[in-house]
Amino acid sequence: MREAGRPVRIAAGQGFWGDWLEAPYRQVTGGPIDYLMMDYLAEVTMSILQKQKSRDPATGYAKDFVPQMARILPLLAERRVKVTANAGGVNPRACAQAVAAAARELGLGGKLRIGVVTGDDLLPRLDGLLARGHDLKNLDTGRPLREIRDRVLAANAYLGAAPVVQALRQGADIVITGRVTDTGLTLAPMVHAFGWRADDWDKLAAGTVAGHTIECGAQCSGGNCGVNWERIPDLANVGYPIVEAHADGSFEITKHPDTGGRISVAGVTEQLVYEMGDPTTYITPDCVADFTTIRLTQAGKDRVRFTDIKGRPATDKLKVSLAYFYGYKAVGTLVYAWPDAYRKAQAADRVLRRRLQDLRLSFDAIHTEFVGADATHGSLAGRATRFADLPEVQLRVAVRSQEAAPVERFTREIAPLILNGPPSVTGFAGGRPKPEEIVAYWPALIDKGVVEPCVELVDV
Amino acid sequence: MLLLELAHARSGDKGDTANVGLIALKPEYYPHLVEHVTAARVARHFRGLITGKVERYELPNLHALNFLLHGALDGGGTVSLKTDAQGKVFSTALLRMEIEAPR
Repeated sequence: MREAGRPVRIAAGQGFWGDWLEAPYRQVTGGPIDYLMMDYLAEVTMSILQKQKSRDPATGYAKDFVPQMARILPLLAERRVKVTANAGGVNPRACAQAVAAAARELGLGGKLRIGVVTGDDLLPRLDGLLARGHDLKNLDTGRPLREIRDRVLAANAYLGAAPVVQALRQGADIVITGRVTDTGLTLAPMVHAFGWRADDWDKLAAGTVAGHTIECGAQCSGGNCGVNWERIPDLANVGYPIVEAHADGSFEITKHPDTGGRISVAGVTEQLVYEMGDPTTYITPDCVADFTTIRLTQAGKDRVRFTDIKGRPATDKLKVSLAYFYGYKAVGTLVYAWPDAYRKAQAADRVLRRRLQDLRLSFDAIHTEFVGADATHGSLAGRATRFADLPEVQLRVAVRSQEAAPVERFTREIAPLILNGPPSVTGFAGGRPKPEEIVAYWPALIDKGVVEPCVELVDV
Repeated sequence: MLLLELAHARSGDKGDTANVGLIALKPEYYPHLVEHVTAARVARHFRGLITGKVERYELPNLHALNFLLHGALDGGGTVSLKTDAQGKVFSTALLRMEIEAPR
């Protein structure tokens, strides 16, 4: 248990579903922590999980989470480390049952309480909400949801820290949620430990900034960092970030000793501006944080201190993330070798486009990139003449359509180019490209009062 | 000189908008960035690569500017056909900009 006056240590264990499997274990074993925060949900993840659940009602959560937890559960129980994770996806109850079963198998019966946060899933309520005048119009385009209602696959409101705090107050050791914000998973342990009031906007903003800083895992501790990147030590052994939070709202970001990576003002600043909109108005369900008030100081090796953060009252809306079926896409690639690799790839693209046109295939978009020449920086990469001596160029052509048939036919037009197009071509070992279904994202807002978070407890 | 010599950057996505956070390598470069790396100039830099407007926000406390490049990601997310569907390397694309040397 934490002694009074000591900071609360919240460690990031997972920055997205698919992040480093070793990170949670290393965070629990590398030194003392109070909480392990694990973020699993990206915008489109919910629709994938919703699809799985429709096939098998016992699924619909981040499956990797269960073996991850099984690996660390005995340590968590022994060291009284608590977990906040949005691994529950569209089925947090089933996720909690799976973790409870794993805990019992490990002989932890009677030793753990799991909190389950639900209430974010609006899919079963969607028609009722629309009928009552919640039009869920697209935040980016302004279009009303009814235009795509029959194609909606998932609809989840973003919940904040409050229901996670409630679960912690009721003694939960592990809190498993559906669509709780990434920042709420870090803020909740602070609110719980320090008893911050729900209208203490500066402190809530500080906890939100802490959450934003560690929500992408090692991206604030040396990963993907552009400053002196070759001199960042031992990325193979990179230390994931840890927040050391104080009751007054100040905090430090650090990492375990004897780990790689680097925690510097420059690297932390890169993470602060990542996916940023208006920095004065970072809106979450918990508060509105002002990133232009943050003061950063290098407080030691691999330690950055955050102070002076200001916040404003939360809005009366919640963001809703909807996913809907959009259509199909496919990507075909071929590699052209020296000499004239770039010109050969360009010629092949012209041949391919002519054939697609002659077949009268209709696409919403055809997009060509020449990997090795212009795929990342487009025309900013330089003039074509400078590319004359490139050792190889990958032709990458992608198509998109509402219909499956033209995309399917496109996938059969790549391989023939090997024998009936420009020369010195290779790189087709992967076989014919596969058409993919596109599930698109539809952001909207809803009145806060309409969404009722729910907390349940499961005793292992 | 190249902006790369005065600043570092990280970029990401919000739907079809890419954001680029541009951070001065030294605090004394920040006023120079504010003066010369304007929204209009960034829009010219990315002409032909983005379809919408450019907005700029200032974070003097972090010696940083945040740019929103609208219509940068071919629809964004899963819809986009681009290699960089999530706008991850607009950061270094901005650092290619030619800029006056600070006095």
